[in-house]
Amino acid sequence: MRAARVFILEVVQVSVAIHVDNVVKRYGSATIIPGLSLDIKNGEFFTLLGPSGCGKTTLLRMIAGFNSIEDGTISFDGSPINNIPANRRNIGMVFQNYAIFPHLTVRQNVEYGLKLRKLSKEEIRKKVDDILRLVRIEEYANRLPERLSGGQQQRVALARAIVIHPSVLLMDEPLSNLDAKLRVEMRDVIRSVQRQVGITTVYVTHDQEEALVVSDRIAVMKGGVIQQVGKPQSIYARPANGFVSTFIGHSNLFHARARGGQSIEFEGGFRLEAPELGEVSAGTALVAAVRPEEFSQGAEGLTAKITGATFLGKYVTYALSFPEALLVSGQPSIEYSQDLGSAARLFEVGEEISLRPNPAKINIFTPDMEQSLMRGVQKYAR
Amino acid sequence: MRGKSFLPDFWKTLTFILVLVFALFLVYPLASLFLSSFKAPETHAWTLDNFAKFFSRKFYYSALGNSFLVTACVTVLTVFIGIPMAYFMTAFKIRGKTVLEILIIISMMSPAFIGAYSWVLLGGRNGVLTKFIAEVLGLESTPSIYGFGGILLVFTLKLYPFIYMYASGALKKIDVSLGEAAESLGCGGLRKVATIIVPLITPTILAGSLLVFMNALADFGTPMLIGEGFRTMPVLIYSEFVGEVGGSANFAASMATIMVLITALMFIAQKHFVNKKSYTMSALRPMQPKEITGIKSFFVHAFLFVVIGLSIIPQLTVIYTSFLNTNQAIFLPGFSLVSYKMIFSNLGNAIANTYLFGLLSILAIVLLGLFIAYLSVRRRNFFTGVIDTLTMFPYIIPGSVLGITLLLAFNDKPLILSGTALIIIISLVIRRLPYTLRSSSAILYQISPSIEEASISLGASPVMTFFRITAVMMLPGVLSGAILSWITVINELSSSVILYTAGTRTMSVAVYQEVVRASYGTAAALATILTATTVVSLIVFYKLTGKKEVSV
Repeated sequence: MRAARVFILEVVQVSVAIHVDNVVKRYGSATIIPGLSLDIKNGEFFTLLGPSGCGKTTLLRMIAGFNSIEDGTISFDGSPINNIPANRRNIGMVFQNYAIFPHLTVRQNVEYGLKLRKLSKEEIRKKVDDILRLVRIEEYANRLPERLSGGQQQRVALARAIVIHPSVLLMDEPLSNLDAKLRVEMRDVIRSVQRQVGITTVYVTHDQEEALVVSDRIAVMKGGVIQQVGKPQSIYARPANGFVSTFIGHSNLFHARARGGQSIEFEGGFRLEAPELGEVSAGTALVAAVRPEEFSQGAEGLTAKITGATFLGKYVTYALSFPEALLVSGQPSIEYSQDLGSAARLFEVGEEISLRPNPAKINIFTPDMEQSLMRGVQKYAR
Repeated sequence: MRGKSFLPDFWKTLTFILVLVFALFLVYPLASLFLSSFKAPETHAWTLDNFAKFFSRKFYYSALGNSFLVTACVTVLTVFIGIPMAYFMTAFKIRGKTVLEILIIISMMSPAFIGAYSWVLLGGRNGVLTKFIAEVLGLESTPSIYGFGGILLVFTLKLYPFIYMYASGALKKIDVSLGEAAESLGCGGLRKVATIIVPLITPTILAGSLLVFMNALADFGTPMLIGEGFRTMPVLIYSEFVGEVGGSANFAASMATIMVLITALMFIAQKHFVNKKSYTMSALRPMQPKEITGIKSFFVHAFLFVVIGLSIIPQLTVIYTSFLNTNQAIFLPGFSLVSYKMIFSNLGNAIANTYLFGLLSILAIVLLGLFIAYLSVRRRNFFTGVIDTLTMFPYIIPGSVLGITLLLAFNDKPLILSGTALIIIISLVIRRLPYTLRSSSAILYQISPSIEEASISLGASPVMTFFRITAVMMLPGVLSGAILSWITVINELSSSVILYTAGTRTMSVAVYQEVVRASYGTAAALATILTATTVVSLIVFYKLTGKKEVSV
């Protein structure tokens, strides 16, 4: 009975909610993060996603305590941690280069944090054995890290971070040094271990696919500012602005105009009813975003010429050209993905086809693409 | 946090202590040297007379010219010997390469004045070679080993290994693909060497040349033993400082100041150039040695064997001489251990001192190396920056000048250190510090800061992290550097010869004294012990590190 209570207490106490309130990071005169707020729930897998230099790692290191906080507060379960040094914050961190201590064996690496917590020898032994089994590296316990592969080192780093039952688990691009296949394998390991331990996790990556797969919620960042926070599916389906729609997945951007009601007209005359479009007065200029897989080929639609084709097995991605006036300038490529499971035939390069956007899936933005005009879009989903 | 916050921060306290230590043992002595060079010997009034005296009398300023002449010639010669050697050893398969490299390192590690003295034994007035040429070949006049030529010979043979080491290090870092890229663009042969390889190794060669320049300029023993009438600056400073007749500490101080200014200028000029064009390279595919045959192979091998043979001759001479039967200055026929018996009965304390001072210095050097490297790499702030700069100072201070500065500074109350073992240990530590620090910092740069952050995130305090992770990871590298420091420390002469007293003399000082007294047998025996210690230390170094290279 008593043992059970202790165990429950531990689980309850271990993990915390993180509250980031208007924090500012400056390096000299350069402001990297100009006032950022965020709520991360207890036990959540939360990802900071953005291109390099967007401030995601900076924010992570502020939570860890390796970067100072110039203004604002970060709290764990309501109590501010700004002035608590990193070694007293009880965090587990997995580093991009793993940061395994090269002079210690796998077991000694994992023990390191436990020894500092003055646990008994048997307790340490048991905890280390358990965690090594959980991440499946028990047979390498007595090896030195230099004789481990990248994936194995990654498992040691993960075990070492979670064995101390940290309040939060922080991961800084943990998979970026692994090859593609191992990356897929390890992200499943990380996700399943996180689920089993149930620990609040903040995960930093620039890989949008990785973020979509592992996260409960994602914060998309650019220039130190959060662009959107939400579940992977809703960020993909209803991006809050043009940046999010092109950074996560691919979006083709077209100039269009509102006709009143839910109807829009593309440059060139093609009209479409978009049932999810919000209130927009007739005549307003718009930008319509269509993902490559949201086109369907039919009799009526936007006329495009095929300029290239990439065969990917399940589908073919065609590069398209449209009349210049129709397209938002500066797009790297305009694409249409043809699902081969239902396609009647493949198209030839040079062929002209007409493509109709899926009215339920289309996203419509203000002309500067700073804001979505769709109903149900959530800039900050809790 | 709570309950512990009143404890002073470890690194801040350490920074404070280090600033104090360097202020006391480096800044203060140098400042007093500088100031006393502007004072009149008798009246202690402010004056420029010392400098005026130096630049108005040919006797003095010619020594500066001599120093420059020797140093410039030596630097050029070592570059022209060292670079081809490095290229041959890297690009071609050389027979006996391992042995040759060890011989090069031994000749680099042993003190220059032993070279000078054994060349006197060979080619001096009563030298073996001289007699051989005169008696067997019947030639009347042989080229004199004394003076400019002798100094040049000894310095070149002792210092080319620096260029060799630097150049081969740089060549190993050049990826084959760079050369291949040049070739694919239509640039081959000598043009490739001139446009790709030479520019890539030039900054490194310059750093090596500076080292040669500093060593040649500062060396005191060689010109003293073999220079005879050819006076160089260190000789002049030494005789002015310790001279019984008409010597003046103030005048010596002003000459020392002139020397420090010159070395400082050289140092800054080199830094300026290297900073502008230096490259970080690491070769995934370094150059592979190629097989050579025929006449090419013969000349390459002959060149290497002759240079390395010449540079190892002094060691062999000394070892051979130490076993000769001798009666003070006169060598008797046959072999005996009489020289060794004599040094153990008369000079035992010099041997003990060498090892004791050496060990204590190394201990201090390792600790300071760990701490200062950490402070200046990881805890960069104004004060650690000051420490970092200060520790580079000894690099430009010739040993004899350092000896004088310490003696001038600690000869009086409140802190009298002259004549103690401590002042010798301090001088050894200071002299070796820049080298230790550079290698320790390099090791630290190899260690990713996230290793320390990992330890901190697991709950270890930063200080605990330093001792349990960082220091442990640095230690193997620092210790292997310490073995090399140990070798240079036990062979040190130019500052100890000024600081020693009867109770604190070391082996190299004793060798020097014995040579001056013309007691060649005992000198050779002592020098052999030094060489043996050096070789044993090198073997330990190789065994411990598994490396085949030595970085200075």
